[in-house]
Amino acid sequence: MANTHVFTHLDQIFILLRDWLVGFLPGAARPAAGVVLGVIAIVCLFPGLFALTTVFERKGLGRIQNRLGPNRVGPFGLFQPIADGIKSLTKEDVVPLSANAGVHFLAPLVLVVAVFMGFAVLPMGRNMVLVDMDAGLLFFFAMGAATELSVFMAGWSSRNKYSLLGAMRAVAQMISYEVVLLLSAVAVVMIAGSLSLPKIVDAQNQYTGIFPHWYIFTPWGLAGFVMYAIAATAETNRSPFDLPEGESELVAGYHTEYSGFKFALFFLGEYLAMFSISGLGTTLFLGGWSAPFSFLAFIPSWIWFFSKVMLSIFVFIWMRGTLPRLRQDQLMNFAWKFVLPFTLLNLFVTALWRFMGEGWLRWVVCSAILAVAWVLMTRVGMREEHFGPRRYRYAE
Amino acid sequence: MSPIFYILAVLTIGGGLAAVLLKNLVHAALATTVAFAGLALLYLQLDAQFAGFAQILVYIGAVAILIVFAILLTRGSDLPKDGVFSRTWAVGLVIAAAVFAVLAWAVLQSVRAVPQQAAVPAVTVHDIGNALVGRYVLPLEIVGLLLTAATIGAVIVAMHEKERAK
Repeated sequence: MANTHVFTHLDQIFILLRDWLVGFLPGAARPAAGVVLGVIAIVCLFPGLFALTTVFERKGLGRIQNRLGPNRVGPFGLFQPIADGIKSLTKEDVVPLSANAGVHFLAPLVLVVAVFMGFAVLPMGRNMVLVDMDAGLLFFFAMGAATELSVFMAGWSSRNKYSLLGAMRAVAQMISYEVVLLLSAVAVVMIAGSLSLPKIVDAQNQYTGIFPHWYIFTPWGLAGFVMYAIAATAETNRSPFDLPEGESELVAGYHTEYSGFKFALFFLGEYLAMFSISGLGTTLFLGGWSAPFSFLAFIPSWIWFFSKVMLSIFVFIWMRGTLPRLRQDQLMNFAWKFVLPFTLLNLFVTALWRFMGEGWLRWVVCSAILAVAWVLMTRVGMREEHFGPRRYRYAE
Repeated sequence: MSPIFYILAVLTIGGGLAAVLLKNLVHAALATTVAFAGLALLYLQLDAQFAGFAQILVYIGAVAILIVFAILLTRGSDLPKDGVFSRTWAVGLVIAAAVFAVLAWAVLQSVRAVPQQAAVPAVTVHDIGNALVGRYVLPLEIVGLLLTAATIGAVIVAMHEKERAK
């Protein structure tokens, strides 16, 4: 009995800590102070995680490419992000003479602020959500939409052809894949019946025997998760969808003309977007903070959430080390001719799943429809011209 | 009226004015975005979460991007030679004032027509969803049909050029 008590306390340790700290204040100031503490925790935690992830990524990529990665600063190169941070803080902030100074200054700020806002609605553990909104999912996507504008602002205000090309590519790509991102999340909303992220986690936090009711373990959930993962990779401009900042083509894309701390802000924004979109994927399909087996439920919920997010980050890094970059036409064809139709089909399958009721029949029917569609679209689609060599329209 | 309302009003009207008065087209587009954001915050201040977030998602995420794309893909953001003000600005001002007057009159009438409700009804997203597929399903279907038609039209416009090239 005492044992479970310890684990419940460990599970709620951050909530208890916050309540204890807030307890020193007069009653009227307590709710506001609680929110401020939550904001401080998010603003401190995720950049810290970002610093660790940069080392993790460089080490991981090094391993994949058969080299060592950073190993000079501190033990195993662990202090590399501190050195990089000091470097970017002390570097000169170069603004091009022809740049549009105001917009050039605002772009990284808009990006980082918008990305940070997304964390407000993510449930990072049991009761650990900053704002429990009725329309939390919609809020998350609304904030994600605001980042597109900041990318455009950065590219346009730099007055540099690489920046502008990178920004146009990025915005076109983000708009195309945002549709898929939204539609794959809609499937989850159809089953869970709520736009509130804590409620979506609660719906998945049940067990049959020892196995959880995560949405990824259903036919429509698996298909939705694969489509979500593709769209999330494109949305965060990660390899193989890193055309907007393809080094060999565009120098650094929309942040070519940014140096010093502003560049660090873009870098931070990109990684924070990775964390938040992994967090949302975890919440929607991987059961959020719930444990993978019922007998593991005693481990604190926040450990599960962050383990799942870091696992997604590892997959991001793995894909970056493995896959070559797509071409612009392949990217667009892939989005509009494969990913989007498949996501739309998945919506129908989800509705079918919802109305066929309990039983094994819906498993067979839904799996069969998705499998047949997958084979038809990949095999037959591959044979068509969609993914073949490029046909140049003007330079023949 | 709370001070927050006045801050948001200044933000929205300032953004709208800047959109009209700024000389650089992209700056004007960004100022429009500020006005959109101000409106979204105003909805949120009125406890209309769904409308507020939808406003951000649709207007900042899509309409603003569409505007900047249109600017960049057509004539660029360079200044026009003969200034940004049209020669018929006086007529425009009269029309704008007339439209504003009609809208203001309608809004003020509505206060008299619909008696003040004692309590603000709590509308959840769930209720909005039910209303959309229940009572308002026909308008929803019509909007869906219209959007599909627009999409097909866009595809046809885009395809035309390719066939001629052959």
